[in-house]
Amino acid sequence: MSMRGLRLGDRLLHAYTWLVVLWLSSPIAVMILFGFNDKKSKSNTSWQGFTLKWYGELFSISDLTTALRNSLVIALVSTIITVVIGTMLGLAVGRYRFRGQGATNFLVFAAISTPELVMGASLLSLFVSGNLPRNANTIIIAHVLFSLSFVVVTVRARVITLDPSMEEAARDLGASAWGTFRQVTLPAVMPGVAAGAMLAFALSIDDYVVTSFVNGSTITFPLWIVGSVKTGIPPQVNVMGTLIFGVGVLIAVANAVAARRRA
Amino acid sequence: MTELNAIELEDVVKEYLSHGEVVQAVKGVTLEIAEGEFFSLLGPSGCGKTTTMRMIAGFEEPSRGVVRLHGKDVTDVPPNKRDVNMVFQSYALFPHMSVWDNVAFGLKQKKTPQDEIKRRVGEMLEIVDLVGREKRRPREMSGGQQQRVALARALVNRPRALLLDEPLGALDLKLRQAMQIELKRIQREVGITFVYVTHDQSEALTMSDRIAVMNDGLVEQLAAPREIYERPATAFVAGFIGTSNLLKGTANGGTLKIGGGRVLVPGHEGDVTVTVRPEKITIGTGEPEPGVSSVRGTVSEMVYLGTYNSYSVKLPDGAEITVFEQNAHDATATAERGDSVWLSWQAQHSYVIGS
Repeated sequence: MSMRGLRLGDRLLHAYTWLVVLWLSSPIAVMILFGFNDKKSKSNTSWQGFTLKWYGELFSISDLTTALRNSLVIALVSTIITVVIGTMLGLAVGRYRFRGQGATNFLVFAAISTPELVMGASLLSLFVSGNLPRNANTIIIAHVLFSLSFVVVTVRARVITLDPSMEEAARDLGASAWGTFRQVTLPAVMPGVAAGAMLAFALSIDDYVVTSFVNGSTITFPLWIVGSVKTGIPPQVNVMGTLIFGVGVLIAVANAVAARRRA
Repeated sequence: MTELNAIELEDVVKEYLSHGEVVQAVKGVTLEIAEGEFFSLLGPSGCGKTTTMRMIAGFEEPSRGVVRLHGKDVTDVPPNKRDVNMVFQSYALFPHMSVWDNVAFGLKQKKTPQDEIKRRVGEMLEIVDLVGREKRRPREMSGGQQQRVALARALVNRPRALLLDEPLGALDLKLRQAMQIELKRIQREVGITFVYVTHDQSEALTMSDRIAVMNDGLVEQLAAPREIYERPATAFVAGFIGTSNLLKGTANGGTLKIGGGRVLVPGHEGDVTVTVRPEKITIGTGEPEPGVSSVRGTVSEMVYLGTYNSYSVKLPDGAEITVFEQNAHDATATAERGDSVWLSWQAQHSYVIGS
């Protein structure tokens, strides 16, 4: 009796699990699928047959190509800046006790919890009152601002698990301060840095809200898509989304394999 | 040519600012540690032993005083430029490096040629019995193995002195005892000065050539283990090292009247504190011969401990004396709880502590 009940429970759990998986992956599946849609009408919302032509004509819409390139460059540059500043900040709050540490921790948390609309609007008024022309630079500044906290948090989480004597040991064995950082501290916090970098890149490449306040006349990938909603989103967008998603999956798989090898 | 000391501390003081108040962690320590010596800094936590060691390593700068390594003043020299290496309590191994890279780290910093690194790391892994585990990561190894990696990583640099900060603290008892013997063997083999920080008196007694017993930022006694055990200089040392009995009284003509008996303290007069080790005392039911120290009391507790019996004997004045009786002849104890007994010991086993 109890065995049967357990088996029924197991079956329900399986069904529920697969429903959740389906629910989570269906938007992605639709995006990938409609990248292969041989559509004839203006809108790309009903299935009209299979084709690979959108992959061939991927860069045929020059505005869209520019927008994608802008997004990739902005994501790359803002990620590099964020990782450098965020790693230093994460090391500082994770390892040392200093005046203003509580305030720093609070600011890091506040930046995560600030609504994007508020952040975008206030950045815009800051740039306007500072007479700063809005372009790719202001977008990068904004992206660094909202992704910084995530790098700080992941690096700090890693730093806390490390033995504080480790750096003293490196010094004791003859390493200079810089040598200790390069050979011991940085490699040891690297998993946190990498996780933070991936988060920063992902946050930057698909940000719409904050970017829409500070972009000036620069168009990014998400901005272009939103702008094309009324006239119909071309299948090239689906293809680009699929490729971005594919790269993300590859990174995730590589990370999982590396983690398994380390363990 | 006179032999230079490996390490010298000259009236070293370390002060901290804690909540606006100056706290002295080390209150003036002077030590001379000879070349090749196994030297222990022994004391309870907070006695300043670790701070003292960290000043030798260069992680703490003395507030006053001088640190010398092999005759050279290194007080202002940073740790990476000092010819000593440290084994940390937590081992502090580099988690992202293999055992081999951990051990080779110090030699790489000194730009040692590749083939020499290879040879010396190989030799060192042999000494600490880790051959075949070069490619492992620290977290894939047991505590005892990690300990030996930490030891090899420090020793491979052939430092002038090796500093060990409670290196066996995280190991279980059996492994700890095995590592004590192992450490002593390695020290003999490499002939390097070892400075060993511990709060474990048996560890210090087992391994050391000399011990500095520290308490409250000061060295209470500096001597060989036997000397420290047999002739503790202060009540603190007597209490901290092993079990010891303290008897207080007024000496008159070199004799202390206690508990219906007498304790012989030749050459001492006035108020004194006498210490005597439990294993030096003979327990018996008959009155002992004259010429020895002897007191009367009642057995308040008797514990059978296999190799010996431990008695607690209460004297008429309320003092409690511990006696160890070797379980040499038969299984029956000399006395049971409640028995009235005589305790006696040779005069030379009474040791008068500076009062």
